[in-house]
Amino acid sequence: MTLKDLNIGQSGIIKTVGGEGALRRRLLDMGLTPKTKVLVRKIAPFGDPIELSLRGYELSIRLEDAKKIEVEEIPE
Amino acid sequence: MKLKKYQNRDDEMENKMTLGLIGNQNCGKTTLFNALTGSNQHVGNFPGVTVEKKEGEIKKQKGITVVDLPGIYSLSPYTSEEVVTRDFLIHGKPDAVINIVDATNIERNLYLTLQVIELKIPMVLALNMMDEVEASGNYIDILKLENELGIPAIPISASKNDGIQELVDRTIRTAREKRLPARLDFCSGAVHRAIHTVAHLVEEKAQAVDIPVRFAATKLVEGDEPMIQTLNLSETELDIIGHITDDMEKNLDTDREAAMADMRYQYIQNLCEKTVVKHNETKEQQRSVKIDNVLTHKFLALPIFLGVMLTVFWLTFGVIGRFFSDILSNAIDGLSMLVSDMLSAADVSVWIRSLVIDGIFAGVGSVLSFLPTIIVLFYFLSMLEDSGYMARVAFVMDKLLRKIGLSGRSFVPMLIGFGCSVPAILATRTLSSERDRKMTILLTPFMSCSAKLPVYAVFTAAFFPKNGAIVMMILYVTGMLVGILSGLLFKNTIFKGKPVPFVMELPAYRMPSGRSVVLHMWDKAKDFMQRAFTIIFLASIVIWVLQNFDIRFNIVENNANSMLAGIGRIIAPVFGPLGFSDWKAATALVTGLTAKEAVISTFAVLTTVESGSVATALTQMFSPLTAFSFLIFTLLYMPCVATLAVMKRELGSMKSAALAMLYQTGVAWITAFVVYNIGRIFI
Repeated sequence: MTLKDLNIGQSGIIKTVGGEGALRRRLLDMGLTPKTKVLVRKIAPFGDPIELSLRGYELSIRLEDAKKIEVEEIPE
Repeated sequence: MKLKKYQNRDDEMENKMTLGLIGNQNCGKTTLFNALTGSNQHVGNFPGVTVEKKEGEIKKQKGITVVDLPGIYSLSPYTSEEVVTRDFLIHGKPDAVINIVDATNIERNLYLTLQVIELKIPMVLALNMMDEVEASGNYIDILKLENELGIPAIPISASKNDGIQELVDRTIRTAREKRLPARLDFCSGAVHRAIHTVAHLVEEKAQAVDIPVRFAATKLVEGDEPMIQTLNLSETELDIIGHITDDMEKNLDTDREAAMADMRYQYIQNLCEKTVVKHNETKEQQRSVKIDNVLTHKFLALPIFLGVMLTVFWLTFGVIGRFFSDILSNAIDGLSMLVSDMLSAADVSVWIRSLVIDGIFAGVGSVLSFLPTIIVLFYFLSMLEDSGYMARVAFVMDKLLRKIGLSGRSFVPMLIGFGCSVPAILATRTLSSERDRKMTILLTPFMSCSAKLPVYAVFTAAFFPKNGAIVMMILYVTGMLVGILSGLLFKNTIFKGKPVPFVMELPAYRMPSGRSVVLHMWDKAKDFMQRAFTIIFLASIVIWVLQNFDIRFNIVENNANSMLAGIGRIIAPVFGPLGFSDWKAATALVTGLTAKEAVISTFAVLTTVESGSVATALTQMFSPLTAFSFLIFTLLYMPCVATLAVMKRELGSMKSAALAMLYQTGVAWITAFVVYNIGRIFI
């Protein structure tokens, strides 16, 4: 499953980060690296982008980019 | 004697020093820069790009300059902000670098630190917001952190001005001693082997172009295109590097970029386990989650945002800004009268008095009375920016702007465009991508500014007394539609290619520092005065000359004989296909370039002589359809000279600004043409 498929309040562990070029590099640079734990905190009022919580800070990314990040869901 | 002189110069040389200030966005970098330099700053651009470069002398440290580098998260080669920072650090040869990190968010902040360390520049780490770390019962072992990273670390609180003196002292000492980071190796295993092998391979080539070997090697393993270009590597060398990285990728079962990012974060995680004790999130972080429950709430977010912006607009253009603008324009009127009387008393010729009073005072004065509005607007904007709310606005609005190839970040500057294009364009500075910044600047003038309102008001009163509100609304909507269409056009032509990814930090809400807000206001005011003033001053004189002289430079009695009217007559046929070919309309549009309200005052000057009131004169000149066509043209055609001045500055060249003007005027002509000719079919 991907980061896009997680519900609000759910967490996952990143397996792989897809995409390419500037976008992929940016995701990695912001700390979205394999084995990192990510919490989906919120979805913007218009349904996109989403707010994540990772490494002790909040990050917002678009759904189309979240789709490129494979995660493993952490059961609650 | 001679010897002593040289010695003196040597001493001076020794005291001269350039420091780079580098850090992530939202880590308090600007606050620290302000604390270091006070008001001794000047703003420019890095060569070749419109990325802001701020420099300033450290307070009480003569000759020591700090350069505020763009807020970035990594030294990747993808954005112009990152590239100029790399170039500055490698080729600008700073004596030392201050790397400021947000201690409440240390894990992600140190990611950049590890990359800067590889550049082999004397460097210190400024751990900002230590007060928040301590207040929440968390702890950072600073000595251990220093030892592990091999660079001095100084706890500070930039907003409270704590630890700044020690930071300055230790930075200067580190620079004088040319003390390089004591450690370069943060990797192990396969990555370590790859970096070291590549380092040996390219050592000579890197030295030849004066790039730190370690940095070059790391970037090559990452697959950094610009680095491959700069080092001018041979086919064989590239082949070997390819093999080395393939090996590493196979070993780690991942690709090179992920491997490098992972290596850095792994190291940081281990480091934090040893040095950071984090019991809980800081109070500010907990508070932020609560505030966001309201401010980015599914249903409340939009009404709150609209409420905030309406309040800002109302206060700026309606209450406070208006109050100060009125005072200032009264003062200018008073001064203008005084000077006029003095000039009369001194018996200077009529035309010099007219130049000073009707030309310079009237022209510059009308623009200068904008100044309070701009200052007040920037007061509110920097409050919103520094508090962290602007990032939430971008988060909420992103989806709407994405379709035209922009991100949520562009929303606020465009919104300000409805007030005045000048502060709107200045506000694009907060956009972190050069591409988005330029595109936003090009689209902003289509948002109908408040100076056009008097034109709409007079025309609708004269031609559409019953449907005035509807006509006004159509005009505003047309402006936005043209903006959207232009956005789509730009996205697929001049700004083709991948937009900068929207991966944006949502920083914790913080109380803005008063000093930063004031400095920001001062900055914008100074900017407006300096840059806009020269152009506006010249334009005022030119317009005055055109208005008061005929082609043989004789003073004209009747404005209808002036050069300006002549120009109006020459260009009037251009507007024939739009339905209004009267030279007075063309003349009004030309004077509208000084400020859009001038369209109406020009009609007044040119017509009242014959027909008593502007409204009657207009009804003789236009039909409702041609009046509407004229309004459409006024809405869209090139903005005033003040806007031109800031556009030139923010787009980086007069040529770009001129092209933008040409585009806007072209679009205005075509739109008015279409409207007029479709209208003719029905009427």
